[in-house]
Amino acid sequence: MTDLLVLRVVVKLLIPFILLFGLYVQMHGDYGPGGGFQAGVIFGSGFILYGMVFGLETMERVAPMRLIGVMIGLGVLIYAGTGYVTMALGGLFLEYGLLDHHDPSHGQHYGIFSVEAGVGITVASVMILIFHTFASRKG
Amino acid sequence: MIAANLPALQVVLPLAGAPICAILGRRWYGWLIATALCWATFAISVLLYVQVAENGPISYMLGNWMAPWGIEYRLDRIGALVLIIVSGIAAVSAPFAFHSVHAEIPEDQHRYFYTAFLLAMTGLLGMAITGDVFNLFVFLEISSLSSYALISLGRDRKALFASFQYLILGTIGATFIVIGIGLIYMMTGTLNMADLAVRLPAVAGNRVVDAGFVFILVGVAIKLAVFPLHLWLPNAYAYAPSVVSAFLAATATKVAAYMMFRFVFTVFGVEFSFDQMQLSWLLVPLALIAAVTGSLVAIFQDDLKRLLAYSSVAQIGYIVLGIGLATQDSVTAAVVHLFNHALMKGALFMALGAVMLRVGSVDINAIRGLGARMPLTMAAIVIGGLSLIGVPATVGFITKWYLVIAALETGWWEIAVIVLFSSLLAIIYVWRIVEAAYFSEPSETGATVTEAPWPMVASTWVLAAACLYFGLDTRLPVGAATEAARALLGGTP
Repeated sequence: MTDLLVLRVVVKLLIPFILLFGLYVQMHGDYGPGGGFQAGVIFGSGFILYGMVFGLETMERVAPMRLIGVMIGLGVLIYAGTGYVTMALGGLFLEYGLLDHHDPSHGQHYGIFSVEAGVGITVASVMILIFHTFASRKG
Repeated sequence: MIAANLPALQVVLPLAGAPICAILGRRWYGWLIATALCWATFAISVLLYVQVAENGPISYMLGNWMAPWGIEYRLDRIGALVLIIVSGIAAVSAPFAFHSVHAEIPEDQHRYFYTAFLLAMTGLLGMAITGDVFNLFVFLEISSLSSYALISLGRDRKALFASFQYLILGTIGATFIVIGIGLIYMMTGTLNMADLAVRLPAVAGNRVVDAGFVFILVGVAIKLAVFPLHLWLPNAYAYAPSVVSAFLAATATKVAAYMMFRFVFTVFGVEFSFDQMQLSWLLVPLALIAAVTGSLVAIFQDDLKRLLAYSSVAQIGYIVLGIGLATQDSVTAAVVHLFNHALMKGALFMALGAVMLRVGSVDINAIRGLGARMPLTMAAIVIGGLSLIGVPATVGFITKWYLVIAALETGWWEIAVIVLFSSLLAIIYVWRIVEAAYFSEPSETGATVTEAPWPMVASTWVLAAACLYFGLDTRLPVGAATEAARALLGGTP
């Protein structure tokens, strides 16, 4: 943990906005530049910044590495699961249009949203894990 | 519903299995999940092969986006055969892995081992089934990255170096492939293989297309370990965990060879590749050098896994030779050798995995006298070795037969002589193993060992028996290869 008071205060102030911006990029991916990958990196960088300033142990209390490991797999499962759901609905793999009974374009919306959510979760978790793996090396 | 989605399930079943394995794979659950999925995938690939054999090529639109725009999975004879090779070897490796992984990899890494194994399988299967060149690159990266991880899990610290060396060269190869894909995309505006095959002839005189072809060819040649670009292969196979050596030696280079078939014959077409780019003059000499030097270097290796790795370089030479000659018989030989070489190298590396488990080393001195102590394992090595030589009644003979016929047909009898000479060299290195195993006094550690656990022996023998069976009853592999060669040379995917 760093002793610089200014750094600690500023970082504490910044982190909510970083996370919020990450979520904004995630949600806005349908309409503008953005999407799961970029959002995941931004969201993960919030945690990384926290870990750099307040120490790895503090970060691990917020994001236990066991949980992060599960989240990495979970994101992939959400992505693949979306494909399995569309197959179960009688369509092809990732045929989003079937996700809404009334309007296929809404189905496309839901499908992309859930796939991007999976990407975002996995990317954010992988970023945190990579940082943790390097930062926790002894010697 | 399931029948219509088999092409997607072929790939996404192991893909979804990988994270499940990482989350739930404590103790032996990881092995259980991986084994179940390997067998399910194998079943799917057999069903797909039957469909292709009866009704011709299958086309599957991901997300129901139509072909040249969306990603298409397209499966023809050769693709279906490669799927069977990959999933079949994976299914046979899975029972073998249980004891071998337990002995060679720390327990807390087992779940990640099986996760990476499933991902490597996903990548290899995806490369064989996809009809989209960029999708091919993505699957190539999935399989490569997970195989780097798998190789680095080897017990010897040199495994890390071997894995890093493979990572550097593999990444250069993949980068070359994606640059080449970018260039032909620039010229044609399409990434679909069938669409590319239609559009490329119109721009065939262009230097950009030539450059794209060369980039792709060099990139694929690195992944395939064609002679001067094979330097990553011996270390990677020698230091990887035994299961990984067996799985990758039997599948990864086969899928890389499949990539070469796809690009040379389907995407660019026979006319462009062999008339305009004069590919034969590049591939045939390199293949012949590989066949001779690979075998020569193998003779002087004391580490048996490394010996087999150099023998792989020579065997890959035969496949490339078959592509380079580009006649019906030679391409048949190359396709059938994908299948045959997977069987023999799978059996041999698995047998060495059994030796590794019991003796703790695969040095030529470590196997002295094991013929009496581990009779089944050593007999499997003999069968695999005879197959490498190309003795009649083994699968190796079938390949050499078609290769020699093809060489004589084209009038280059010198090629036939070199192929036979390379086989003679194979006799020497196989004999070294046989001599050590059967005609030497056992070493101190070797005198007390017993036969490997039965799942390992069973897995090894399934492949060894297949070496003999398909050497006698050649209808399935040769029939498939003949059809595949006709389709490849005919130009239509």
